[in-house]
Amino acid sequence: MTESLYNRLGGEAAVNAAVDIFYRKVLGDYRINRFFGTSDMDKQIAKQRSFLTMAFGGPNNYSGKDMRNAHSRLVDMGLNEDHFNAVMEHLGATLTELKVPPALIAEAAAIAESTRGDVLGR
Amino acid sequence: MATLTLNGNKYPYQSNETVLDTLLNANVEIPHACREGVCQSCLMRSLDNSPPSLAQNGLKDTLQHKKYFLACRCYPKQDMTVALPDHEGNEIIAEVSGKELLSADIMRLVLSFEEEFSFYAGQFVNLKRPDGLTRSYSIANTPAQSNTLEFHIKRLPNGRFSSWVHEELAVGEKLSVSEAKGTCHYLPGKYDQPLLLVGTGSGLAPLIGIVNDALNKGHSGPIRLYHGSRDPEGLYLIDEMQALAENVENFDYTPCVSGENDREKFTKGRAHDIALSSTDSLTGWRVYLCGHPEMVNQTKMMAYLKGASLSDIYADAFYLSSSGK
Ligand code: HEM
Repeated sequence: MTESLYNRLGGEAAVNAAVDIFYRKVLGDYRINRFFGTSDMDKQIAKQRSFLTMAFGGPNNYSGKDMRNAHSRLVDMGLNEDHFNAVMEHLGATLTELKVPPALIAEAAAIAESTRGDVLGR
Repeated sequence: MATLTLNGNKYPYQSNETVLDTLLNANVEIPHACREGVCQSCLMRSLDNSPPSLAQNGLKDTLQHKKYFLACRCYPKQDMTVALPDHEGNEIIAEVSGKELLSADIMRLVLSFEEEFSFYAGQFVNLKRPDGLTRSYSIANTPAQSNTLEFHIKRLPNGRFSSWVHEELAVGEKLSVSEAKGTCHYLPGKYDQPLLLVGTGSGLAPLIGIVNDALNKGHSGPIRLYHGSRDPEGLYLIDEMQALAENVENFDYTPCVSGENDREKFTKGRAHDIALSSTDSLTGWRVYLCGHPEMVNQTKMMAYLKGASLSDIYADAFYLSSSGK
């Protein structure tokens, strides 16, 4: 049996390294940073850890319905394809910065991509 | 088979169970959510044996040092006595041994104690007066000063506890002191890392403790302290900090006043703005923030965007509750 993507990426240590880089990119991106409230940074970081754990194929209990619910407030704020693409871009750039091999980046991107319909509430 | 002890009750631990499973199966209420080591809501602390390293993955180093762990990731190999974060340890009784006004509304309060009491400079405790009224205050000294605790207590309008400390509490009277809490403190190691400390009002207290602790332990990297207030009267211990800055090469001190101010020795502006603009990048820095909650939250974000790692930013945001009446 091949090891899970999560373990091949380095598990929680990889999430810890990635969250620092990813969240900085998101907050620095004027296209999408309005979706990420700045009031409670610690809570936001916990959520970004959940996002990355999920995209890395790691342990999570999120269903498609959970993804819908988690983002429905954002859809009401106007969340659309462009915003989704921007997040995908930052995910890829983060992993590239961490020198993750392209094949693994593609696997993580595919997992994130599979949630598009639910995240955008379609 | 290992045994878990929580609040004096013993729970036999089944192999391949987590601490969270054991306690939930015994109908003990433990906050939890993801059960996967991500959300950190099941944070607990071991009072004796060190938790397995898997159970500490992702926690801040100051928490790891104090044997905090995630119950959902903890498969104990040996007996453990555990506690929920806010229900651990015992109170000690301490005696007021000094009171001195540091500014118009800030009182230095010194307590002496005889029992064993361990803390890190920069942590806070709950002080409880005989009728039970309790407030959190940061410790301003370091453990190197034997058996004393120092606090800077700002008198708040209608503040019941702070007015009592200022007006009534007398030398020789007793207070009860909780165990030391909080993760905003110095940890030895990385002695050459630059440190940035920003405090407003009596948020200076823990920062002075951290600066002294770092210097005692031989910190060699630059240490920059910014203390801010709206008006000059809100600043205190100015001469002492300036003297320290003159004597210690790697320590800098900048008192800042954001409102009207005609004294040249103060920098004009808000402490966190001045601190953040003093350097192009905070990559590799360690940042300590104490004081006004809005300042702390905003500066956390700005420091992070300027390059400081999330794991290198320390702040205890308990000022909201302690500024209550
Ligand atoms: C690429 C696919 C995405 C995945 C797999 C994903 C996953 C997640 C997860 C797991 C959470 C945490 C939910 C919780 O525990 O409450 C979350 C929250 C969040 N996501 Fe996403 N997300 C995606 C795309 C996006 C996009 C495109 C945006 C906005 C541009 C976004 C913005 C947010 C925000 C702001 C939160 C926090 C919501 C809150 O504060 O309640 N996400 N996401």
